[in-house]
This record gives sequence, structure tokens and C-alpha cells, in this order.
Amino acid sequence: MIALTYAWPSILVFAAAAVLVVVGAVGVIAFTNPVHSALSLIMTLFGVAVAFVAQQADFLAAVQIIVYAGAIVVLFLFVIMFLGVDSRQHVNVEPLIGQRPLAALGIAITVGGLIALMAESHWVTGVKSVVTNGRPLQSGTANVHQLGTAVFTTYLFAFEATAALLVIAVVGAVLLARRERTAYDEDVNDEVDA
Amino acid sequence: MNVPAAWYLVLAAILFGIGGFGFLTRRSALIMFMCVELMLNAVNLTFVTFARTLGDIGGQATVFFVMVVAAAEVTVGLGIVVAVFRRRASTSVDELSELKG
Repeated sequence: MIALTYAWPSILVFAAAAVLVVVGAVGVIAFTNPVHSALSLIMTLFGVAVAFVAQQADFLAAVQIIVYAGAIVVLFLFVIMFLGVDSRQHVNVEPLIGQRPLAALGIAITVGGLIALMAESHWVTGVKSVVTNGRPLQSGTANVHQLGTAVFTTYLFAFEATAALLVIAVVGAVLLARRERTAYDEDVNDEVDA
Repeated sequence: MNVPAAWYLVLAAILFGIGGFGFLTRRSALIMFMCVELMLNAVNLTFVTFARTLGDIGGQATVFFVMVVAAAEVTVGLGIVVAVFRRRASTSVDELSELKG
């Protein structure tokens, strides 16, 4: 009996997270309106954050909400509004014959392979990791403390490299989205102003 | 006692599958970006699950870096979408066929 093996609260938390994640993800690919897809994406991100909290990743859950739901989805919504909401596509039109069945088949093989690999993962790692419940992360120390220690010692070089990456990304985005001002634009703007 | 790690890993696999299916079938560049985010989140969930199971904080540190890279990717990607929309007035990836042989 599952009920005797695992505590009810953890099962309930897992069920809530699973429902949020799956329903949100299906919404992302099923809605025709991109705004609805973006809102559905927020639902999935919250579900993943719930799963993070349930697995002692408190700091990452907070970052998930702040960075993903707070910043990235808002960026998506900004761009959708900027481009116009009427850019909805017809989901039922299928320009490439057989694309969806082939995609479904490929994804089914991929997911089936992933699950089969997890069921047999002991020949990869030598440990029956997904079957056992595992040992807990270092107890008695806060998650933020552990993660901070790891990031600023073991992964210090990668952490510094992300700073360069973010600066490059911001400069690149500004350059890409900047409006080129040509002589023609100047003339048009002058006419509009006049 | 927490639920077994396998439950979370299967959930992550399903999430990855949904994201991959959306990426292969939807044609709006914006929706395709969202599907990439879904797949990245599935991988993050796997990393966190293994961090718990194997008792190694390195998995969570990796998720931290994946999030940073995802933020950079979205910034540049949406910049490209806006730049393409300026020229083509469309976000459909079917319209972008200049390199077709």
C-alpha cells in the first residue's frame, strides 16, 4: 500500500505539483492566443516551484518565481503586446502532412526511452538511485547556505562567467531590437511631425 | 517520508515530452520559445530530484546556472523575434525560408 509507505502530505504536494505542471504545459501548446499560453506557462512554473520546495530546493523555488514567473514571462507578455495580439495562428491548419503524428511518435519514443532508462539506471550509475528514497541533503544547514557555499567555491568560475554572459546578452538584445534610423526614416518622421 | 524520486522524474519526462511536442508542431516563434522553457524546466526538475536523491548540492547549483542561461537565451531570442517581426510582420517560422535550397 502506497498510503502506508509514504506520508500523505508529500503525496498531496506531489499531486498538486503534477496537476499544475501538466495542465499548464498542455495549455501552453493548446491555446491559440499567445497571451493565454504565457499565462498557462506561469501555472507550469508555479507547479515546478512547488516540486522544488518539496525537494529541499527552497532558494531555487524563490528564484523560479522571481526570475521565471516574474521576469521572463513578463518579457514574453511585453513582446506579445508589442507585436499585437492578433498574431494568433490557426492550430487546426496542418501545412506539413503527417507532422503531428510523426512528432507524437518521436516524442512517445523519447519519453518512453527516458522512463525505461530511469527504471534501469543502475547500470549507468551503479546505484539504484531512483528506486531508493536516497539520503537527505546535508541536514541542519540551510539550503541557501549550502547552495551559496557551492556556488562561491566549487562553481566560482562558472558563476563569474555568467556575469559576462548576461552583459553580452543584454547588449545583444539592445542591438537586435534597436530601430535602425535611415535617411528614409528621418524623412518620414519629419513629414509626420509637420 | 517523501515520495520516491521516480515520481518526480516521470513527471519531468512528461513535461519534457509536452514541451518537445509543442516545439515540433506549433509555428509561432513565441510559442516555440515557451516550449523551450517547458523543456528547460523539465531538466531543472530532474536536476533537483537527483540532488535530493544523491545528497549532492551540485545539482541545485547546476539548476541555478541553467536559469541564468535561460534568461539570457530568452532575452536574445525575443530580440530576434522583434527584429524579424519588423521586417516580415509575422512571427510564423514558416515564413522564414530564405535559406531554403
